[in-house]
Amino acid sequence: MPQPSEHLPLLSLLIFSPLLGAAVAVLLRSERALRWWTFVFTLAVAVASVPLYAWFDTTTADFQFAEHVAWIPALKIRYALGIDGISLLLVLLTTWIMPLCVLASWRYITTRVKEFMVCLLIMETAMIGVFCALDFVLFFLFWEAMLIPMSLLIGVWGGPRKVYAAVKFFIYTMAGSVFLLAAIVALYVKVGSFSIPETMGRPYSHTFQCWVFLAMFVSFAIKVSMFPFHTWLPAAHVEAPTAGSVLLASILLKMGTYGFLRFSLPITPYATHVFMPYILWLSVAAIVYGGLTALAQTDLKKLVAYSSVGHMGFATLGIFTLTAAGIEGATLQMINHGVTTGALFIVVGIIYERLHTRDLAKAAGMGKTLPVFATLLGVFALSSLAFPGTNSFIGEFLVMSGGFAYSKALVICMVPGVVLAAAYMLRMLQKVAYGDTRNPDHSLVQDLSLREILALAPLLVMVFFIGLHPEPVTRVLHASVQHLLEQTSRPAGYAYVPLP
Amino acid sequence: MTHSVFIALLPEWVLLAGALALFVVSLGDHLTRRARIVALVTALAAVLASAGCLGERGTFFSGAYQVDGFSQLLKLVVALGFLLVLLLNGELPDIRGDAKPEYYLLLNLGVCGLVVLLSAVDAITLVVALELSSFPLYYLVSMRREREGQRMQMESAIKYIMFGVAANGIMLFGLSYLFGLTGTTSLPQMLPKLQAVAHSPLAIVGLAMTFCGFFYKLAVFPFQFWTPDVYEGAANETAGIVASLPKVVAVAVLVRFVSLAPPEHQTIAMLLTVLAVASMLYGNLIALWQKDLKRLLGFSGIAHAGYAMLGFVTLAPEGYAAAIYYMVGYLFMVLACFVVICRVSRDGRNVPLEDLAGLHRRSPLLAVTLVVGVFALAGIPPFVGFMGKLALLKAALTKGYLALVVIAVVNTAIAIYYYLGIVREAFFRDAAESAPLVIGWPTKALCLALIAGILVLGIAPQRFLQSLSSSLQALNSTPPPAATALVVNRGLPAVATAQPSP
Repeated sequence: MPQPSEHLPLLSLLIFSPLLGAAVAVLLRSERALRWWTFVFTLAVAVASVPLYAWFDTTTADFQFAEHVAWIPALKIRYALGIDGISLLLVLLTTWIMPLCVLASWRYITTRVKEFMVCLLIMETAMIGVFCALDFVLFFLFWEAMLIPMSLLIGVWGGPRKVYAAVKFFIYTMAGSVFLLAAIVALYVKVGSFSIPETMGRPYSHTFQCWVFLAMFVSFAIKVSMFPFHTWLPAAHVEAPTAGSVLLASILLKMGTYGFLRFSLPITPYATHVFMPYILWLSVAAIVYGGLTALAQTDLKKLVAYSSVGHMGFATLGIFTLTAAGIEGATLQMINHGVTTGALFIVVGIIYERLHTRDLAKAAGMGKTLPVFATLLGVFALSSLAFPGTNSFIGEFLVMSGGFAYSKALVICMVPGVVLAAAYMLRMLQKVAYGDTRNPDHSLVQDLSLREILALAPLLVMVFFIGLHPEPVTRVLHASVQHLLEQTSRPAGYAYVPLP
Repeated sequence: MTHSVFIALLPEWVLLAGALALFVVSLGDHLTRRARIVALVTALAAVLASAGCLGERGTFFSGAYQVDGFSQLLKLVVALGFLLVLLLNGELPDIRGDAKPEYYLLLNLGVCGLVVLLSAVDAITLVVALELSSFPLYYLVSMRREREGQRMQMESAIKYIMFGVAANGIMLFGLSYLFGLTGTTSLPQMLPKLQAVAHSPLAIVGLAMTFCGFFYKLAVFPFQFWTPDVYEGAANETAGIVASLPKVVAVAVLVRFVSLAPPEHQTIAMLLTVLAVASMLYGNLIALWQKDLKRLLGFSGIAHAGYAMLGFVTLAPEGYAAAIYYMVGYLFMVLACFVVICRVSRDGRNVPLEDLAGLHRRSPLLAVTLVVGVFALAGIPPFVGFMGKLALLKAALTKGYLALVVIAVVNTAIAIYYYLGIVREAFFRDAAESAPLVIGWPTKALCLALIAGILVLGIAPQRFLQSLSSSLQALNSTPPPAATALVVNRGLPAVATAQPSP
């Protein structure tokens, strides 16, 4: 297949064009023009990211579309980009979620539209950058640069407790990041380079690996909102505007799991094996805990937020089973969660725009007057509880089969979590779609507009596409996952001490 | 290249000429505007002169004054800082009306002292330059306008001068030890002689006491006590000056002195480590409780001095370069915060945190400047605060100071809390008063310049770091200029005939 990327710095273009879009947005005056510009621009970026998939070589595990330029030689920092199968999917998810976010904020954001759109576009740059960076400092730069626009999104356009949520989000994430920074510097001192591929597969001492793993783990676990590091997540999700919640759920949480895949496993394989059992059980705890708390929620956004904790538990579980099925399932689960939970947050946003409440009781019985809405809600709720034929089923199935390879007890403990997911999602669906229609009266509430349908339709298509025909998605993963497993399971010169 | 003393010392001459002109202007009445213009022209000329003199090399005044890459680069930074500070000062709303021309005169003299300090390589010249840079600042602190119930400027000026004189006294005492050990006051000559006896208690005490003069300027623990009170008591503009320029120069000159210790000197490294940790913890923990923005920045300044000490602990050129880079970045970051303080302040009063509320509505540009400055101080990329911290951590960890790096990282996390408190006020809270803040074009230009500085130094520091490290290498490998050296029994050098202190 031809790879014109030799001459075309496609990744750089994708990363930095949103900044250009933001610069143009600063100059625009009317709110209408701003909304249209951001939408058209993000859509263009999304279309421009398609060649990545078309030109992607699925036979190799090497980083593709690579770019290497010296950036700050005095500190040995390079500008290095490249993607493998895992990052490819996440980049595509990011670029395609963005226009939907703009659509979902069309009516919701009425104040300071310009600043909002600029924040969104800066976020896009940072998010794509995180998944493409192959230099630790560049990675960290994007990783942290995201914090400022994201906390502004929550703190300026958020709900009643926005300040609390924004500050909590910021402090949590930053507290994790400083440990990541320490780990990065420690790796630099050992390797003499900030290059991510160069730090992989080195014979670090066991103690060193464990410390680096733990430092990274804190940072990534907070980002994933892994139990028990999840407490920032409900606050941030509930207070954030719809677009903020969607980005948070669909992309930001994935950065943590991406961090595990890109750094923890290949750089510190020994420590990965040491800590694997604990993380697996923590993941199971997250699945069950997320399900139980989601069941108790009356706020729709909180419900979806806690369901995220459970779903991300599947992703971390899949990763740390260290099997091909588990890791591919986890990656798929990351994409699925991005699609499904993103859609659910848009749906909750739609309810809020109409009723100005997210209370489950007050939103009851919307199905009667809003058939299109109820149908979409039904599909996404079923997808969220991993109904066969929808995307999440494939992901959770793969993760479970990976889990079986590790321990049957683990999978048996997971089962209540899966059942709980069905319980809380069906409870929500039952109330919202089929609940009592007399009280409160929703007969005057409008069904979905074309814009809202457009915002949800691509996600709907993805739910069934991945659910029925996942091969085009998993195809790009095989080589990369295989390579990752080789790096993790056979690190040169190690004798593993299996833990009890 | 080596030029005559007139060309190589052009920045100094320009500043001196400016000071003379300001002296003449300050003799008349109601000439504030003229004084301001003269000061601005001087600063601009100093920037151009030091940019033009970047390549100058030479040793002057019997080896007491060295013009090298290191000094020239930092002279450019200081001249630039002078210009920024003058723009920051605006109309000096909180300085007594009839004293404004003198304010400019003293500021100019202080900058003169700082510039001379960068090139001084003889202990006596150095002390004189240090005093020249300090005394004008003592006056500036006390020059705040008196108003009902506000006498704290006097208290803070007294504190500043007492601590300053004490620190300088200790430094002089330390220098006398070094002189006693080596028999020379010239730093390049002292270097090899001191290395031979570096582990004797006398040398360690001498070096440690010598550092004190700079620790005081830098507000390193235990010489930090003046900081919050001076920040609070001095006019906002003056506090901006005290917080920025002297610290950059203190770090630069401290490099000259710390280089006197041999690279593997455990005791000195230990001493610096303790001070770094104490400064970081003290500054950050107390800053958490501050309600006044200037006091908060004062304590955060102590913490940042602690971060900069990380570079010195390494006793290696890489670490020194990181420390200087960090402090140059700090100049921009802290000035960005002070611009906002000066413009938000009503009638020159101090700014409690609540006064920032709703800033993003009242003046978006100031709010963005503040957020960039504060996040840079917090060490968030892509700003210079992050790259500087990265360079410092890298240098420290390369030398194996793992515990120190972990403490620094934990401190960064603590600091986030109070920095975020500032952003919370400015962006997330709405104010009762929402009248837009009108700012003139010089302030706008200053804001944009500071944001650009913070970003460019963070994203594209290569040229700066390159010239910094090459000049530092040259600094460490300079052969002692034997022919022009001053041996003390031959008499005092010409420059040092002025009395060091009153």
